Amino acid sequence: MKSAILQTATRYLLPILLLFSFFLLLRGHYYPGGGFVGGLVASIAFVLHSFANGTENTMKILRYKPLSLIPIGLAISAVSVTFPLLLGFPPMTGLWFEEPIPVIGMIGSALFFDLGVYLVVIGVVLTILFTIALND
Amino acid sequence: MLFTVLTGLITSSLLVPFGKIIKTKWSILLPFIPVILFLFYLWHVPVIANGTNVIQHLAWVPSLGVNFDFRLDGLSLLFALLITGIGTAIFFYGRSYLKGHVYFDRFFAYLLLFMSAMLGVVLANNILTLFVFWELTSISSFFLIGFNNDSKESRNSALTALSITGLGGFFLLAGLVLAGNIADTFIISELFAQHDKIVNHPLYPLIVGLVFIGAFTKSAQFPFHFWLPGAMKAPTPVSAYLHSATMVKAGIYLLARLTPALGSTELWNTTLMIVGGFTMVYAAIHSLFRTDLKGVLAYSTISALGILTFLLGIGSNEAIIAASVFILVHALYKATLFMVTGIIDHETHTRDLTKLSGLRKVLMPVFIAALLAALSSAGLPYTFGFIGKDLIYEATLHYQENWALWLTALAVITNIGLVAAGFMAGIKPFTGRLPSEFEQVHLPYKSMWIPPLILATLGLVFGIFPGIVGDYFNHQTANAIAGQETGMHLKIWHGFNTVLILSLATLAAGTVVYLLNKPSRAKLAAIERFNKISPQHIISNIANGITRFSSVYTNAIHDGYLRSYHLKIILFAELLLAYKLWLGGPIQIDFENLTPLSWYEVGIVAILIGALYIIVTTKSRLTSVVSTSVIGYCICLLFVFYSAPDLAMTQFTIDTLTTVLFVLVLYKLPPFINFVRQGILIRDAIVALGFGVIISLIALRVLYEPNTTAISDFYGENAYLLAKGKNVVNVILVDFRGMDTMFETVVLSIAALGVYSLIKLRLKSSEKE
Amino acid sequence: MELLLVLILGLLYAAGVYLILRRSMVKLLLGIILWGNGANILIFVLGKITKGSPPVIDGAYKVFQDVYADPIPQALILTAIVISFGLTSFAIVLLKRVYALVDSDDLDDLNTPEEEDI
Repeated sequence: MKSAILQTATRYLLPILLLFSFFLLLRGHYYPGGGFVGGLVASIAFVLHSFANGTENTMKILRYKPLSLIPIGLAISAVSVTFPLLLGFPPMTGLWFEEPIPVIGMIGSALFFDLGVYLVVIGVVLTILFTIALND
Repeated sequence: MLFTVLTGLITSSLLVPFGKIIKTKWSILLPFIPVILFLFYLWHVPVIANGTNVIQHLAWVPSLGVNFDFRLDGLSLLFALLITGIGTAIFFYGRSYLKGHVYFDRFFAYLLLFMSAMLGVVLANNILTLFVFWELTSISSFFLIGFNNDSKESRNSALTALSITGLGGFFLLAGLVLAGNIADTFIISELFAQHDKIVNHPLYPLIVGLVFIGAFTKSAQFPFHFWLPGAMKAPTPVSAYLHSATMVKAGIYLLARLTPALGSTELWNTTLMIVGGFTMVYAAIHSLFRTDLKGVLAYSTISALGILTFLLGIGSNEAIIAASVFILVHALYKATLFMVTGIIDHETHTRDLTKLSGLRKVLMPVFIAALLAALSSAGLPYTFGFIGKDLIYEATLHYQENWALWLTALAVITNIGLVAAGFMAGIKPFTGRLPSEFEQVHLPYKSMWIPPLILATLGLVFGIFPGIVGDYFNHQTANAIAGQETGMHLKIWHGFNTVLILSLATLAAGTVVYLLNKPSRAKLAAIERFNKISPQHIISNIANGITRFSSVYTNAIHDGYLRSYHLKIILFAELLLAYKLWLGGPIQIDFENLTPLSWYEVGIVAILIGALYIIVTTKSRLTSVVSTSVIGYCICLLFVFYSAPDLAMTQFTIDTLTTVLFVLVLYKLPPFINFVRQGILIRDAIVALGFGVIISLIALRVLYEPNTTAISDFYGENAYLLAKGKNVVNVILVDFRGMDTMFETVVLSIAALGVYSLIKLRLKSSEKE
Repeated sequence: MELLLVLILGLLYAAGVYLILRRSMVKLLLGIILWGNGANILIFVLGKITKGSPPVIDGAYKVFQDVYADPIPQALILTAIVISFGLTSFAIVLLKRVYALVDSDDLDDLNTPEEEDI
């Protein structure tokens, strides 16, 4: 699917879609959205890019293997689950910063947990799709 | 006490990683395990001799009443000493016997496992713990009997032994649990106090029957005796251990242990006497016809077990004293004879009685051991066996007037057989002319002939000084079985009375039988003609029948076609669900409360149904994939209409990605094949529609069941108050049920890793090209 | 609408069963996907569908002011959708591998694999 129009379009679409996916992630606690949806949208952005420009080029943009996102995401989730233990709370206790941060709103351990989910989802989807695409 | 059970189990599992090391000179460490355990129990003798019981309690599954309850009394102590003491001899002996064997480490792992299991059985004070260890002895003995796993006979014998004893264990569990429920306790020592309650319960005959099946299978009583001669396929150290002191005695132990709880009734005593009496006579006569040394020993063991059962059946104080002494007598001489047989087999490579003779010239110390054991078995005065035999006759003679004579006659016949069998095994191979082929035979390692010599000598020592045994712990054994003071006092000399005359007459008759009965193949063949009506034959026929049935059944059900499995599973589910639905009565639909329809919803549903129709009928792969994604998008729209924005977004993205995946993979595959006949299509369509209808009906049924929304309300109310989030679905996912989400991501990661490795893995050499 | 949804889920299940009973691996996989969709709708229907009031608390308030859709089925379905994607993708790749090995989409060809292929 080497089409000049699509290639040009994805050049702009990729950052926009990524921004959108991040937006979905951040506001997930208050409005529809969240880690799963955000991660899926981000993956679709990359998949679209790979369709237009070839998987190899997308891999170049990513720099790292998508597989490596999985342990990073799992680690972030795990840390956010166990972090309260250090402060003497049971695991998974929600911890929040006192003051809301502009644009994003309240930041707490749940957001980090969702961030982990987001990264795992991107890692999983891209690993599956790219290994298949590259292998053909 | 727990540690004595665990030591063997732990060492046994340690032999897995350290098996290589233990095959070298470090194997000398192995026998010290039973030595230590033996010393531990020896150290307990003075405590038990006073009549105190040592009790240990450790919670295991307290909610089910399954605990590690251990209790050491006279009966347990006798058995623990036998298990560890004879075990010590066997470990030293077996280490030399199997020196250099490929599976040396495995052998000792099994043996240790078995020893621990036996200790567990005799120490357990909880019905369920007892059962667990009981089954463990069956399993570990399976490995020991089938140790020579390259021989088919050996494997078959192991399987027979496992099926018979394992089956027995199953019945035993049922019986014990019934008894435990009636008495309302699973602690064995507490069952004793409930004796009257259990005995008068209408289920008592059933309990006794079940327990008897367990005990008789284990202790090789007629008609379950046949696994024992088969078990002779095991290496001789195993036979020596299993059949002298441990495995087969477990059944006797069980009967003795439960006598205070279930015994002293007519049913209990008469059954035991009949079964034991028949077994002892039957096996004693049988043993005379064997030409294989181990065969002789096997049948004489069965006979001895019969005697023990018989004695427990008589149930008088004297009989119980006789039983507790005879357990020890038999263990000592039988272990010796087995070990001697092992030496003969090891050095001459034959166990055929018709060939063996004159070995005393080359194996003198072994002959001494064998002679002492044979004499003890024959009951010569001043051997321990003499005391044992005296006590048996005393017990039978003092039974009820009109039966005493008959019982004594049975005991005399059995003992005559045992005398002859003992001589056949212990004296026959050593006397006579030494054939030239055996002239090169030499003594084995010291560690092989010293253990049997020690055991045989003990038989003599105990015979001369019976007080060593009787006054220290054996009287407590008898007390534990009887559940009362038995006033046991062993004496070497009972005076010149009927018992002594009987004893001497038995000895004389046995010697005559031994001299007259020359083992020969012709006699063996003669007795083997009766095999057709033997219980072994009948039971193996039944087993074969079951195997044949299951293979016919398997061939009918498992035809190897995935879709046919699916069809069977789905049909079964349909029947089950339909039955359940039918039980629930008619379904009421409340038309008032339905959500109103709008035209676009109907439109979407129509598209969805159309797409479904296309998937089912199309011949094109791409069309069906596209239709699947259309269905996904339709569902996505339904989510939008019915207040599930998160779902809609997720469904949309996932649907897109799945379609991409399908396209990436599937454009290479060939078009659909269509072989199926019209009839099958219609059948499948009916099954499929039936399933759909049933699921729909279930949905309708549930839809109009009143349900509570307490959990949803909790999440709804507390989403912001507790978790500072306003999108309740997301709050549930990342906060309330965060752990579930965490593991969901783990599952996803595993799927991704699976895909990654499936793709990267090269399965076929041609693919590399 | 509930009745329509019940009809749809019944049809999804029925189509799923029908496809699962076919010989083609691809159809088997499509059948499983349809089953997954049917199950999602089943959960959705059982949670009492509500129109136009998603389980999101209005910005100005701390608790719900009005009726709202049951969030639990939604959370369950969301999880189910994502997991079934994992399942589907694994199955698709497995199918691809099988096809590479036996050169066929026919499940019956899997019954007698040749020695060298294992």
